[in-house]
Amino acid sequence: MTDPVPAIELKGISKAFGPVQANKDISIRVMPGTIHGIIGENGAGKSTLMSILYGFYKADAGEVFISGKKTEIPDSQAAISAGIGMVFQHFKLVQNFTVLENVILGAEDGGLLRPSLAKARGTLKKLAEEYELSVDPDALVENLSVGHQQRVEILKALYRQADILILDEPTGVLTPAEADHLFRILDNLRAEGKTIILITHKLREIMEITDTVSVMRRGKMTATVKTSETSPEDLAELMVGRKVLLRVDKTPAKPGAKLLEVTDLHLWDENGVERLKGVSLDLRAGEVLGLAGVSGNGQSELLEVLGGYATATGSVRVNGKEIALSGRDCTGQARRAIGIGHVPEDRQHEGLILPYTAWENACFGYHRDPSYQSGILMNNAAIREDAKGKMERFDVRPPNPNLAARNFSGGNQQKIVLAREIERNPDILLIGQPTRGVDIGAIEFIHQQIIRLRDEGKAILLVSVELDEIFSLSDRIAVMFDGQIMGVRDAAKTDQRELGLMMAGITGDGTTDAAKAAQHG
Amino acid sequence: MDYLTLLQVLDSTVRLATPLLLACLAGLFSERAGIFDIGLEGKMLMAAFFSAAVASVTGSVWLGLLAGIASSMVLSGIHGLASITFRGNQLISGVAINFLAAGLTVLIAQHWFSQGGRTPSLMGGGRFTDITLPFADALSGVPILGPTYAELISGHSILVYVAFACVPLTWWMLYRTRFGLRLRAVGEAPEAVDTAGVSVIGLRYAAVAICGLLCGIAGAYLATGLQAGFVKDMTAGRGYIALAALIFAKWRPWYALSACLLFGLLQAVALRYQNIDLGGFIIPVQVMDALPYILTVVILAGFVGKAIPPRAGGEPYVKER
Repeated sequence: MTDPVPAIELKGISKAFGPVQANKDISIRVMPGTIHGIIGENGAGKSTLMSILYGFYKADAGEVFISGKKTEIPDSQAAISAGIGMVFQHFKLVQNFTVLENVILGAEDGGLLRPSLAKARGTLKKLAEEYELSVDPDALVENLSVGHQQRVEILKALYRQADILILDEPTGVLTPAEADHLFRILDNLRAEGKTIILITHKLREIMEITDTVSVMRRGKMTATVKTSETSPEDLAELMVGRKVLLRVDKTPAKPGAKLLEVTDLHLWDENGVERLKGVSLDLRAGEVLGLAGVSGNGQSELLEVLGGYATATGSVRVNGKEIALSGRDCTGQARRAIGIGHVPEDRQHEGLILPYTAWENACFGYHRDPSYQSGILMNNAAIREDAKGKMERFDVRPPNPNLAARNFSGGNQQKIVLAREIERNPDILLIGQPTRGVDIGAIEFIHQQIIRLRDEGKAILLVSVELDEIFSLSDRIAVMFDGQIMGVRDAAKTDQRELGLMMAGITGDGTTDAAKAAQHG
Repeated sequence: MDYLTLLQVLDSTVRLATPLLLACLAGLFSERAGIFDIGLEGKMLMAAFFSAAVASVTGSVWLGLLAGIASSMVLSGIHGLASITFRGNQLISGVAINFLAAGLTVLIAQHWFSQGGRTPSLMGGGRFTDITLPFADALSGVPILGPTYAELISGHSILVYVAFACVPLTWWMLYRTRFGLRLRAVGEAPEAVDTAGVSVIGLRYAAVAICGLLCGIAGAYLATGLQAGFVKDMTAGRGYIALAALIFAKWRPWYALSACLLFGLLQAVALRYQNIDLGGFIIPVQVMDALPYILTVVILAGFVGKAIPPRAGGEPYVKER
């Protein structure tokens, strides 16, 4: 018997963007009927490699073999006909089309739609039964949950008879229950002989579902190993190039006085949809309160209200004093003046002005500080000097304050924002998605900073969609669903399962009615 | 107002709505594909001039129509090149086309015909003549139905019927064909089209070409059907009204028909009732003339409700990772 032929084999793939070598001499072999994980930090070249495989970019050098046959992939059409399907991190769906229309788009059988739609309806029914991939074919995509939208993406690939499925960070937007379901689907697909490539930065997922795993660092493939023969610690070290602490070392919290009391907060968005439906919570000095939830359930709005750039009704007390939730005193600057620091969720749009330099960015929100003024002018030299110090203390690389913010990597951008807010010594720090798009090495540093602040007696409200992050940092965990707090749990006395259910709107007693839950709790 | 007057107003409504409808559908194709086009006005104007010029020189209105369409499509090509291939700003490109057409038509007209920037009046075969539908005369004796058929439905030029036929045709293309599915998709989520292995650029050029074709017909109708020859700025903002109608219609073909008929009716009323005497107080003719334009603003400001344009409209497509 001869060796089995790999479903997909890359030989010596290289790709440069100008002076940046995104992929350097990359080779992988993936056997049919297996799940192969590709793990690496942001900017390690994972996405570039997959884009080459899907015909988005042309490799400078190297060859692709599909089932042993050398294959040229100049465009997506070629990738599709080679049996490659891709599920992107940001779904490529037409929001106001039905599921059926999305599935047949580009794979229609003829000039008229009716026969294609009928055929797709039948195929979808079959696929749904085979792989637990049920979606209402006539639903508009915009009305589907994120988990269902992802199923549509998988269905699109399967409808085009893909044998090789590439998934790019598929669980980033899913609840734990949805992620479990996705893994069941992937299991079914593997059992049917499909080949799956899973790109992720979550070590847990790699360990849970893959058969083999490749690690990428700085455009190079540093290792390919059998998953059963490795450990998360080893993989993390391969990714970063040094030993990484995956757990955050922290002592039990010593909560002090109530610094922040939020009572019955309501917020309606511009379309008149109620985004916050009576949110109440409190935050004590010396603790991290984690706010978990699938994104879009009101966490962002809550942060915006507290940070002073959204108006709401209700009551917010800081140190026992009522603060304005609308009008002239409801600004980011006013909030910062009373000691509320804010690291916004979307650092590229709300945390930084990307075309501005690092030193300019490092003073925003505090730019009226007397130490930054010189008469009626800004004292740029002082601001620059100040920024330089902050950047050194927060290990921003490169430590050059004159560089535009957009030229820093995600992790270093985040460090600039953190330095700006933390160095002002706020009593309360609001921090949204502190490590989204940040590489493992920087995550370690950011987490240490958050715990250090807590130990100094500051109150920290942490919003994150990463449940692992919530668990490793928080002392108490509040779960938001549909604009309400589903409940607050002691971090030591709860688990992923319980939180996962709460994130889906189900409380401990099994009720799904969020409104009812709010009344009781 | 007697029934015959009503019919006459409605009849001129149909005539005046025709160029609006064609331009509106032209804009619909383009904008549904994600290319905003405020150059409808310029394309119509260019087509009006070239159709009138060629028709007057050759004496054949059909050659005129072809010339009009060709000139409009050339402008479409420029718009496509600027906004699809070179990813320029679609509004600026549209404005440039309007200016180009406004200046160029008068300049060439003066150079060719030396009549102060107009073409000679078209006669005979140089114009689209009205078609009398079968039985129009025979039925004209029947009360209500007869005059309606004879006055309103029969007796328009071929282009009027083409324009109205374009409405169901557009609907069918958009919602029942592969091309329509892809066209709607490319205006909403070009990345979805691209990853499905379909050319975004190809689809958008096709849409812009259809837009040019329809604008060409609209312009030709203005100069060779509605009127007899080209005069300076003869489109008189119709391209913009068509855009307003497009928004009013929420980018849907049947709604576009209603919107254009409404704007056509306003123009017809303004044309017929020039000075209205309100018991001593006379509403001046200028007010009536401005009425369609004023109502355009009012309708757009207040009565559209929530009009959601195609999501990818106005954005050049750049492939991302």
